[in-house]
Amino acid sequence: MRTVRALVLISLVLTGCGAGSASITPVGATEYIENRGSDTLVNLALAWAEQYQQEHPEVRLSVSGGGSGVGLTALINGTVDIANASRQIKPEEAQQAQAEGLQPTEFVVARDAIAVIVHPQNPVAQLTLQQLSDIYSGQISNWSEVGGEDRPIVRLSRETNSGTHVYFLETVVRLGLKDNHTLFSTDTLLLPSSEGIVNEVRQNPNAIGYDGLGYVPPDLKTIAVAHGPGEAYVLPSAATVNDLTYPVARDLYMYTAGQPTGAIKAYLDWILSPEAQLVVGRLGFVPVARGAQP
Amino acid sequence: MKDPDGKSTLGDRAPEAGRRFNWGEAIITRLIQLSGYSAIVFVGLIFLFLVRQGAPALFETPLAELFGTRWYPIEGYFGVLPLLTGSLIVTVGAMAIAVPLGIGTAMFISEIAPRWVREILKPLVELLGGLPSVVLGFLGILVLSPYLRLFLDLPTGLTALAGSILLGGIALPTIVSIAEDALDAVPRAYRDAALAVGATPWQTMWGVTLPAARSGVLTAVLLGMGRAVGETMAVMMVTGNAPVLAVRLSSIVSPVRTMTATIAAEMGEVASGSPHYHVLFFIGMLLFVISLVVNVIASAVVFRQRSRSERILS
Repeated sequence: MRTVRALVLISLVLTGCGAGSASITPVGATEYIENRGSDTLVNLALAWAEQYQQEHPEVRLSVSGGGSGVGLTALINGTVDIANASRQIKPEEAQQAQAEGLQPTEFVVARDAIAVIVHPQNPVAQLTLQQLSDIYSGQISNWSEVGGEDRPIVRLSRETNSGTHVYFLETVVRLGLKDNHTLFSTDTLLLPSSEGIVNEVRQNPNAIGYDGLGYVPPDLKTIAVAHGPGEAYVLPSAATVNDLTYPVARDLYMYTAGQPTGAIKAYLDWILSPEAQLVVGRLGFVPVARGAQP
Repeated sequence: MKDPDGKSTLGDRAPEAGRRFNWGEAIITRLIQLSGYSAIVFVGLIFLFLVRQGAPALFETPLAELFGTRWYPIEGYFGVLPLLTGSLIVTVGAMAIAVPLGIGTAMFISEIAPRWVREILKPLVELLGGLPSVVLGFLGILVLSPYLRLFLDLPTGLTALAGSILLGGIALPTIVSIAEDALDAVPRAYRDAALAVGATPWQTMWGVTLPAARSGVLTAVLLGMGRAVGETMAVMMVTGNAPVLAVRLSSIVSPVRTMTATIAAEMGEVASGSPHYHVLFFIGMLLFVISLVVNVIASAVVFRQRSRSERILS
């Protein structure tokens, strides 16, 4: 009994750390690429590195997390070749880079969209960002206030340590405003996994939840979201995420110092190839359309 | 612990090998002693480590905030009261379920069931104790919480009650097993005497056997409680983990967040040395102190029982 629990804990801890850092170093490598940054991207970057090294054993890739800021700082300091970021480079970071004589080059390598999900029998099909914010901050707590049945709203969220939680907080609950300090309502259920949210939404008609678009099973109802009242309600899909009409989506970036050359350029070209973009879909992100690249 | 007689007999039997054998004996005695002390050393070291990592929380976070009512660590809200009350309400609920059921089962197994039933039941109950709590958690998510929501007409089934029921199930085998041993240890003469003066079987059980075994039964309850307070996985899966202050009666059918679930959910991603990290260890300290208190009470009860029986015998 004790051992089983300990094992489960250890494996949880390991998966937790897995997102932190790892490096893959095959023998006989000649080229070395250092890749660091966003924790949102780290699993995707690892999957890419793993697959790329199988096809190109002469390249040695090292991938680690730490956060977008950590990656970009390292790029500016010249300690990494590619920085992963779940946000665009800030003006002050760009200035720092220019002071060092670097011109950061941006690549959109994948997109991340959050789908809002409800029970299939819930008549509510569309919500504005403001309504979603009011629901999650506790100001709306009955479905009848947003055009549904007279039922209490059960709010489901990922745990606070999830990148998805933070992104949802910033983009939806706080409507993307920097000076907005709205918090999740205290009675928001914080579930430790995507499956927990999907399970509860599947069987509870009161529930509302959110999850990465790639993780939403087809038997749940996805809510169409509008920026504001009077604007078009958009269902999330690869197409609406890529044409930027779905409001709860963001680009995921890789930055290089100046125009990439040699092995780094070959790696980034491969990342944007259909083959590598398949991995994107498998990990729950949205692949970027070929034409969207500069 | 020491056994000089054993040494001399062995020495007599094999005089030429005696010296070497005594060495082996001494080493083994020392090893056993060492493993006995190691438990104390480990507990001490663990507590020291907890204090080292957790005590800074008392200085970094103002006390009023630390014992505040809002837990939202990524924005610097470190109020542990919702977690403390969450753990308490789930544990109290679990005890309300497990104690009557556990003692009832123990009484049935020990006093009523025929021998063959007893020989099946007891191992079965102990098998239940070996079920991994993750498995129970899965049952809780997929079966228990949907039915709780439907039967009690709740907004969601992921509530303190769901956690209490699962924890009751987890604490039950501990309570049954220890309480049954205690009831079994009551001398046969007690029961015979009660029956002989005309008590019904129920009066014998309730008025004689159970009170005679009460220290053991109390130990069973306290150990079951220790088990319930510290349980993590199953609770994290079914209680909804919403950090709401659980002080009203209706809190039992609302989502709550326990201390153990908080540590398990947040420790993996927290920056080492940050205020959040120290607060998580502080919660660990609170848990340690709670289970220490429960265990000290349990052993005090056992100790009292022993000294009383010694008094009677002497």
